[in-house]
Amino acid sequence: MAGRTLYDKVWDSHVVREEDGTALLYIDRHLVHEVTSPQAFEGLKLADRPVWRKQSILAVVDHNVPTTDRNNGISDPTARLQVETLDDNAAEQDLTYFGIGDVRQGIVHVIGPEQGATLPGMTVVCGDSHTSTHGAFGALAFGIGTSEVEHVLATQCLPQQKSKSMLVSVDGEVVAGVTAKDIVLHIIGVIGTAGGTGYTIEFGGSAIRALSMEGRMTVCNMSIEAGARAGMVAVDDTTIEYVQGRPFSPRGDIAERAVAAWRELRSDDDAVFDQEVRIDAASIQPQVSWGTSPEMVAPVDGVVPDPSAEADETRAAGMRKALEYMDLKPGTAIQDIPVDRVFIGSCTNSRIEDLRAAASVIKGRKVANSVTQAMVVPGSGLVRKQAEEEGLDAVFIAAGFEWRLPGCSMCLAMNPDKLLDGERCASTSNRNFEGRQGAGGRTHLVSPAMAAAAAIAGHFVDARQF
Amino acid sequence: MRAFETLDGLVAPMDLPNVDTDAIIPKQYLKSIKRTGFGPNAFDNWRYLDEGGPEIDDSSRRLNPDFVLNQPRYQGAEVLLARENFGCGSSREHAVWALDQFGFRVVIAPSFADIFFNNAFKSGLLPVILPEAVVNQLFEEVAASEGYRLTVDLDNECVSTPSGERFAFETDPTRREKLRKGLDEIGMTLQHAEAIRAYEAKRAVEAPWLFSA
Repeated sequence: MAGRTLYDKVWDSHVVREEDGTALLYIDRHLVHEVTSPQAFEGLKLADRPVWRKQSILAVVDHNVPTTDRNNGISDPTARLQVETLDDNAAEQDLTYFGIGDVRQGIVHVIGPEQGATLPGMTVVCGDSHTSTHGAFGALAFGIGTSEVEHVLATQCLPQQKSKSMLVSVDGEVVAGVTAKDIVLHIIGVIGTAGGTGYTIEFGGSAIRALSMEGRMTVCNMSIEAGARAGMVAVDDTTIEYVQGRPFSPRGDIAERAVAAWRELRSDDDAVFDQEVRIDAASIQPQVSWGTSPEMVAPVDGVVPDPSAEADETRAAGMRKALEYMDLKPGTAIQDIPVDRVFIGSCTNSRIEDLRAAASVIKGRKVANSVTQAMVVPGSGLVRKQAEEEGLDAVFIAAGFEWRLPGCSMCLAMNPDKLLDGERCASTSNRNFEGRQGAGGRTHLVSPAMAAAAAIAGHFVDARQF
Repeated sequence: MRAFETLDGLVAPMDLPNVDTDAIIPKQYLKSIKRTGFGPNAFDNWRYLDEGGPEIDDSSRRLNPDFVLNQPRYQGAEVLLARENFGCGSSREHAVWALDQFGFRVVIAPSFADIFFNNAFKSGLLPVILPEAVVNQLFEEVAASEGYRLTVDLDNECVSTPSGERFAFETDPTRREKLRKGLDEIGMTLQHAEAIRAYEAKRAVEAPWLFSA
């Protein structure tokens, strides 16, 4: 019998029962935020059902919260009502909850790992597609819709069908200055935004193993941008070192047993994947997206591609629509594209390592005059605090960046942080869809170092020059 | 949940790959704490010429005459014909609610994003996967004849064209059953409450760190 993949192992240990190819999968950790939960709590109440296991839940507000002064609360009445609804639901159900005034508040996919609430081998769900982030810990983590949020609240389980398995192996070493974000944007460029549909991806290879936990989270975070609900990385010393000693992590004897179990969380050498993709790490350059789908990426020394060179007519039409929206012409050098605004933040790139990378580019420099706004939105209150202890806030502020309070902010622009019609942004977020950062706004996805470099130069530029 | 049996409905084409859930329902409408009221804002950025928001009366906004779903011939459409990777991006179930409340009962595409596909079944919206060549043919037929309708038969898993051509599709038997009967999924899972408790008891011994916090 062939060996098992990491995905097989985590899946197998969570099957409560199985019938007709549908498994009832047990969920260990349920992360909850204000946007996708109100209708789920309401449904529970209407059906008079209790929460099955409240200890599995960690709730936080992130999508709607302002990132400027919070002393006067939230001015937008609909956003305020949504946040207050989670306040009420958390109180009523007696949930662990990081409200707007809590220093631990932050983006749900930053605080879960930060608190040790995400552990290797867990099943983790959240009503948010970027739940794939937590797969960096050898967990099976995926985004769900609101009906499924209600289902997990009520039953601690989800009826699920097993995905196919894909190994994306990034072999060799990346060139110095190429980051986790560049790796994952490159992968999405290779396999496409639907390349991972129906699969759980395991990211492996020496270039992935060389990444920090922050880097692995960035890669797994964007699995969904390749179509895969879940991305995973095998557990190793890097994982175990990160997890230990955090508020929700196990302690004492139980921790020792846990570590022993976690070390088994890797694919067996003879495991067979339904599909394997091999990528030469050395071939990856810093990436910049040029279109309105995350697969529309180019290396920083490249050019905007020409739809007329695309053989597939549907794809070519998609490219033409993207170029029109982005106001770009085929053949334009990526480095000739100016930026109006710069956003460093989001569940993809707002952790301490991301802020350090950006600060190291910015240190001693100034944001270009042509850039109307550059901002840093730390992923959590604790990331912000640590960055301040390291003096990173002073570096950003001296350069002309705004130093904000934690939240999802301009990744999806549900709060007041949004692009204006026609504005072009270098963004460390995950989606460049039309209107994602504000109606008519134009998003270019990049790494924190590349966003910082664009802020200084006023246009895209290879961050390694700094 | 509303039950789905057979639908004979007017077809509207959306000739674009990778239609994402941000496009289906933009974020400003996600601030709602209700499950209803999303229909007028389905495809909001494409459908209207001026910007909208939860506080804006949609009836006073200017419709974009170039947007396909605003064309007179597609009014009342219940079947959306789409391209590959439909529903990609954000997990927002609001996208399904918006399509459903707009009036769609079926979306036909060569492929769907996984989360959207799952969400669709929860609200009684049927996602139908047909081969790309068939979808290409249906796009041509819709364009060629005004009032073009398709019959979607969930029981027999087939789509029939006005000329009588039939295309088979597949659905998972469990999902089909739930959709046909409009069953309460949570209630079905709770029938296995004993099995869930037994699993928890076993895991609490095997992996106590999952139950300590």
